[in-house]
Amino acid sequence: MTTIAEFLANEHRGCDESFAAAEEAAQTDDPAHCRATFQRFRAAMEHHFQKEETMLFPAFEQVTGNAMGPTRVMRLEHQQMRETFAEMDGALANGDLEEFLGQAETLLILMQQHNIKEEQILYPMCDRLLGAAVDSVIQAMRDLPAGGPP
Amino acid sequence: MNSAGLSLEQAPPFSVPLRFFLTAPWFLALAALLLLWQGPEVFASRWLPATLTLTHLLTVGFMAQVMLGALLQMLPVVVGVVVPRPRLTAALIHIPLTLGALALAAAFLNGNPIWFQGALGLLGLGFGAALIAVHLALWRAPVVSGTVIALRCALGALMVTVGLGLSLGGFFGWGFTLPVVVVTHLHTAWGLVGWTTLLVAGVAYQVVPMFQITPPYPSAFVRGFAPLMAVLLAAWSALAFGGWEMAARLTGAVLALGVALFAVTTLRLLTQRRRKIGDPTLAYWRTSMASLLTGALLWLLTPWSQTLARAPQVEWLLGILPIFGFAVAVINGMLYKIVPFLAWFHLQAQLLGRAKVPTMKQLLPDAAIRRQFWVYLAALLLLLAAAVHPPVFTYPAALALGGTGVWLGVNLMGVWWIYRRVLQDGLAVAPVTDNEVMRG
Repeated sequence: MTTIAEFLANEHRGCDESFAAAEEAAQTDDPAHCRATFQRFRAAMEHHFQKEETMLFPAFEQVTGNAMGPTRVMRLEHQQMRETFAEMDGALANGDLEEFLGQAETLLILMQQHNIKEEQILYPMCDRLLGAAVDSVIQAMRDLPAGGPP
Repeated sequence: MNSAGLSLEQAPPFSVPLRFFLTAPWFLALAALLLLWQGPEVFASRWLPATLTLTHLLTVGFMAQVMLGALLQMLPVVVGVVVPRPRLTAALIHIPLTLGALALAAAFLNGNPIWFQGALGLLGLGFGAALIAVHLALWRAPVVSGTVIALRCALGALMVTVGLGLSLGGFFGWGFTLPVVVVTHLHTAWGLVGWTTLLVAGVAYQVVPMFQITPPYPSAFVRGFAPLMAVLLAAWSALAFGGWEMAARLTGAVLALGVALFAVTTLRLLTQRRRKIGDPTLAYWRTSMASLLTGALLWLLTPWSQTLARAPQVEWLLGILPIFGFAVAVINGMLYKIVPFLAWFHLQAQLLGRAKVPTMKQLLPDAAIRRQFWVYLAALLLLLAAAVHPPVFTYPAALALGGTGVWLGVNLMGVWWIYRRVLQDGLAVAPVTDNEVMRG
């Protein structure tokens, strides 16, 4: 049986890979390739955020009766990352790969300290608190279509 | 399960960890001044007052300072618990620790019991406050991950280290009777193997895979390494204290192998990193782990080889490799991630929508990090050379040590300076936005 921790940590690792690819393209001064890999990375991140924000967090909030706790901080951090994506997109539009790399460095730390909190604390708590509902929450996240506005 | 105490807030105000990070580098500069002043004679014995001063400027003034400051910052992220009253707690740790490190240096140099008594009081207070604050947080952790286990072991080891250190101070300050040589060996081992190595391991489980994008540490290693090392360390201490020499030697060998295993595992993960672009802090991690591995192997071999055991230089290498090679390098490298990130993070939170926040690379350019690393590396190699041949290498080593310390301090102060300027300008010019009201 898959746990929420395994399922979503796996998504984090997938996003890490596409992040590394976009960063590498920027470093090798290949704007077109960088744009393509960055868009793929951003779409994967957005899809992952949507799964958490529309499926996992509400389930957690319902069980704990607390919408102002950890999930609120996680949503705020998603928002911060979305803002950094927009900055990176702007840098790419201006062809400023130096700025893009600077933003990428910042994003990496922001993203990973967020992932650490989720993987070390929030996901294991979800697995325990949701109990029998874990499977259906994972299924709902699998079924969530990609795309849609942030 | 109780989730009420859980907080994932990006915790304490910037000033809480920053005070530790901006103070620490100047202890490297002080160590360099001491080395310049005392000259090659320092290397005559590890038991000289000047040598003990040098060691504690590095371990208490630099290492413990940053490690405790970073823990206050990291606990909310890796453990999910905030330290209560962060500003007060930080002041209660930072001020006595800084003054205590200086007083201890003075005490070793002038040998006056009054100074030892003062240093002991200050260090007892600073470490005591840190141990209480961090212990309270660690035992309230909602999820017990491998990192939490390692941090608990490291904190336990710090308690032992400080306890032994205070009793050694009692020997100098109040004339306590105790077997000084054995207690000093235990104090050193608990400080370097227990506290430092296990803390770095607990942090590495998270930051190496995440920030370098490598495969994770093996899960059995993550859960088992720290408790096993702590138990071995306790067994080794009992055997050494009881005078069972052969058994202690064998246990010591297993401990050295454990340390080497951590270093090798980390070096191997770093070769598998999938982040393809250069990262100037990577060199710090590699140097740190290579030093740890070399030190562990030397420690492993020394008791079994007459040549090594008799060579006075070996004791020195066994101090320089773990302290300056392993700990100072990894701490220096991590400071370059932590300080610019926190500056960016706090600017972002306070200025959102009002002014453009500089990126981490604008706050601290890669070039400045790379150049300071080369001076650090020169200092490490020269210190190792000075241990083997003091007359030629002591002064160059001291200059390089001072250079790397001052440069680190200047790099970090530079981040703080930009932070303050951007914050002032940002708050002065633009209107408050909805976003900020929402966040405030």
